[in-house]
Amino acid sequence: MSTPALVPYLLRLGDDRLVLGHRLSEWCGHGPILEEDIAITNIALDLIGEAALLLKLAGEEEGQGRDEDALAYFRDAVDYRNALMVELPKGDFGFTIVRQFLFSAYSVLQMEALQRSKLEALGGIAAKALKESRYHLRHSAQWVITLGDGTEESHDRAQRAVDELWRYTGELFAADEVDREMAAIGMGVDPSTLAEPWQAQVGEVVLRAGLTVPTHEYMQQGGRVGRHTEHLGHMLAEMQIVARSHPGAKW
Amino acid sequence: MIRALPSRDEILAILDDVKDPEIPVVSVVELGIVRDVGVTADGVVVTITPTYSGCPAMREIEADIASALADHGIAPVEIRTTYSPAWTTDWISRDARDKLEAYGIAPPGPAEPSELVSLTRRTPSLRCPYCQSLATERKSEFGSTACKAIWFCRSCRQPFEQFKPL
Repeated sequence: MSTPALVPYLLRLGDDRLVLGHRLSEWCGHGPILEEDIAITNIALDLIGEAALLLKLAGEEEGQGRDEDALAYFRDAVDYRNALMVELPKGDFGFTIVRQFLFSAYSVLQMEALQRSKLEALGGIAAKALKESRYHLRHSAQWVITLGDGTEESHDRAQRAVDELWRYTGELFAADEVDREMAAIGMGVDPSTLAEPWQAQVGEVVLRAGLTVPTHEYMQQGGRVGRHTEHLGHMLAEMQIVARSHPGAKW
Repeated sequence: MIRALPSRDEILAILDDVKDPEIPVVSVVELGIVRDVGVTADGVVVTITPTYSGCPAMREIEADIASALADHGIAPVEIRTTYSPAWTTDWISRDARDKLEAYGIAPPGPAEPSELVSLTRRTPSLRCPYCQSLATERKSEFGSTACKAIWFCRSCRQPFEQFKPL
């Protein structure tokens, strides 16, 4: 059983993780302390690993002979389907941690649902990603509390990150026909059903961190249909330059 | 060279000599990375599963498995990767846990039940693999490889790694 929604759906899942993984990898050698440098790059490795599996599956389902590398390195920004939140520049440590927390809380809920996907290959990837996402969530949630409940400086930076990122959270839960079709045939999950448990979990941590969530209603979106911020093109230029300059190179 | 088809046990015994590239005291069989071995008239199929999605050692493990079997004249060998069921540290054998500890890596406790993530969970203390003290603290849930966490022993003042439960 196949549906035209399948490949776009898998690209969304894979691209979220590939782009966020790349943003995290930019911390390599720049972490505030050694343990965090290692932690952030470990999380990057998990996300890029998950992305490789998801994009490989997307390529197989597409049936045009594209593998995970072709999809990662030879698509332009307009063909990427990640949510806008993950492509924003890495910012300071507070921004990176708050984003990781917001995304990991989402990813845990998403993967919990997807491990029961009727598409067996997706279910297997999700069961694995779920275990990894739990580690990411615990790590980032503890840091959100540490920063929010820390010094005036760390609190202000964490609050600024929450204020800046909040308008990108709506897109994670906005369902369109691709999501609804995938949910209807039991292969995917309708993201709008994840919003409530996500808000409960995020709200609890934000409260303990002494932070506040903005009340504005306006939410940015566009990433799921290829309308991205200016930042993604710059990021991809760096990520893709070697593969595009030396196609097929091996090392 | 023509030889009789090897048995499943014979192959598992050979694979028990293939060590994890990052932790060379335990084998890919003991770690639960090898999930299945099939022998048919057409050759041998070894099914493996990664510990973590992004584990960079998987390609090397595949190559090591193929060359170990080739050394015993076993060919052709097909290596398949499976993701389901997801690998868990609960598959690590008792023997391997002792070897890890002797090597200076604290073995994992039971894998977490799959409930909602507890954000306030207190970490039970871990026995230092060097001096056996319980006066230890976790420094980071992420270590030198995807599968390890960093700990510190307050008794012998020695940092050590834990194979983290997954």
